[in-house]
Amino acid sequence: MENIEARVKKIVAEQLGVNEAEVKIDSSFVDDLGADSLDTVELVMALEEEFECEIPDEEAEKITTVQQAVDYVTAHLNK
Amino acid sequence: MSKRRVVVTGLGHVSPVGNDVSSGWANLLAGKSGITTITRFDASDIACQVAGEVKGFDITQYISAKDARRMDVFIHYGIAAALQAVADSGLDDVPGLDKTRVGVNIGSGIGGLPLIEETGVARHEGGIRKIGPFFIPGSLINMVAGHVSILKGYQGPSYGIVSACTTGAHCIGDAARVIQYGDADVMVAGGAEGTISSLAVGGFAAMKALSTRNDDPATASRPWDKGRDGFVMGEGAGVLVLEEYEHAVKRGAKIYAELVGFGMSSDAHHITAPSAEGPARGVLNALRDARLNPEDVQYVNAHGTSTPLGDANETNALKIAFGDHAKKLVVNSTKSMTGHLLGGAGGVEAIYSILAVHNQVSPPTINLHDQDIEGGCDLDYCANTARDMKIDVAISNSFGFGGTNGTLVFKRV
Repeated sequence: MENIEARVKKIVAEQLGVNEAEVKIDSSFVDDLGADSLDTVELVMALEEEFECEIPDEEAEKITTVQQAVDYVTAHLNK
Repeated sequence: MSKRRVVVTGLGHVSPVGNDVSSGWANLLAGKSGITTITRFDASDIACQVAGEVKGFDITQYISAKDARRMDVFIHYGIAAALQAVADSGLDDVPGLDKTRVGVNIGSGIGGLPLIEETGVARHEGGIRKIGPFFIPGSLINMVAGHVSILKGYQGPSYGIVSACTTGAHCIGDAARVIQYGDADVMVAGGAEGTISSLAVGGFAAMKALSTRNDDPATASRPWDKGRDGFVMGEGAGVLVLEEYEHAVKRGAKIYAELVGFGMSSDAHHITAPSAEGPARGVLNALRDARLNPEDVQYVNAHGTSTPLGDANETNALKIAFGDHAKKLVVNSTKSMTGHLLGGAGGVEAIYSILAVHNQVSPPTINLHDQDIEGGCDLDYCANTARDMKIDVAISNSFGFGGTNGTLVFKRV
């Protein structure tokens, strides 16, 4: 679990060009980390790559915070 | 109403001979080639394995790594050259600069071909979902202009003309007319290209257009020499700051030269084979626009790509346009050192023409040891050594596939 959170935060920091320290569990990609609509699409692609999964568009739209990303990945990997 | 005058107040450049204007110009005068064996990708299965690659370039000196990742390399070069030119012009220090009167016209011949190639492979291997959201904005040709306008807050016209290897010249000439017409007071203008990739090099090689002198890259580009066997691809960008004369004088700007003329024409002949009449008409149109006579010109920065057909053809075109005066011209090909920057060529060569006027010197045409006089290449090409000379007026020629021609005329101020 902690491992997933750390990996998600690392990807978020890389993709959005922010310091990893700025990425909190409750950070919103758009409101807190300055992402635009294209950034969030690319971020989801990076998560798919990292966790070797496919996140359907309707699910991807609901992932707007670090917590939501961690939750999605955790749920998916547990299946 | 008399025409508004347009002067050059800033220069910026990334090229195989240097990542800024002063180092590039010094290397040209010293006759140093920027052509090497291709390192950007494995070219071992392509007939041509040499190119003028940009070396040691760091885009993060100009924009963030995050932004840089989302653009193909031609945009990097274009942004770097544009920001250099703006810094050189001192525009950033002008209090109350009306940014609605500043525009950008920077084009590219091909645009984001490497990114298109890469994305094509990703899609083929991983499916549609592997196409990233920055694929389109990262490869669109007008995005150099788009990014520069965003970075600098310039709200005037923003666009990029596409005309193969005449792109840079057309962008600069058209931008000057935007100023003359009154649509802007300042235009950041030029061309950019970054296509040292297997699809692009392979494509030009398939046309048999490229040199295959793979064993000696620095001598592969040899305009007007008997041993020439095709052009050598280059990459990079050349960008000028063009400014309305009174606007420049009022702020005490450094003026490199005046852009006094621009001419265009079409061969209306063949997609790749040139005609002599087309380029000659382009040159004459430019001189008429400049209200100058052929005898007023001393220096020609030639298109001079090192192809068997093109070099002889341009010589013929110059004879048609200049008559007997052609023999008195210095006709120089800086492509002998940079290779052919395609859409970026008109940009960097405008800079070299301006610096020739500004510094009263012609760079050499290197690798010209056995001039092809029998093949009709019988002008003074400033072989192998730079030459100090009086230059009041320089012209820069660019010719592109599709039979499109452009000539710029720069005059000493």
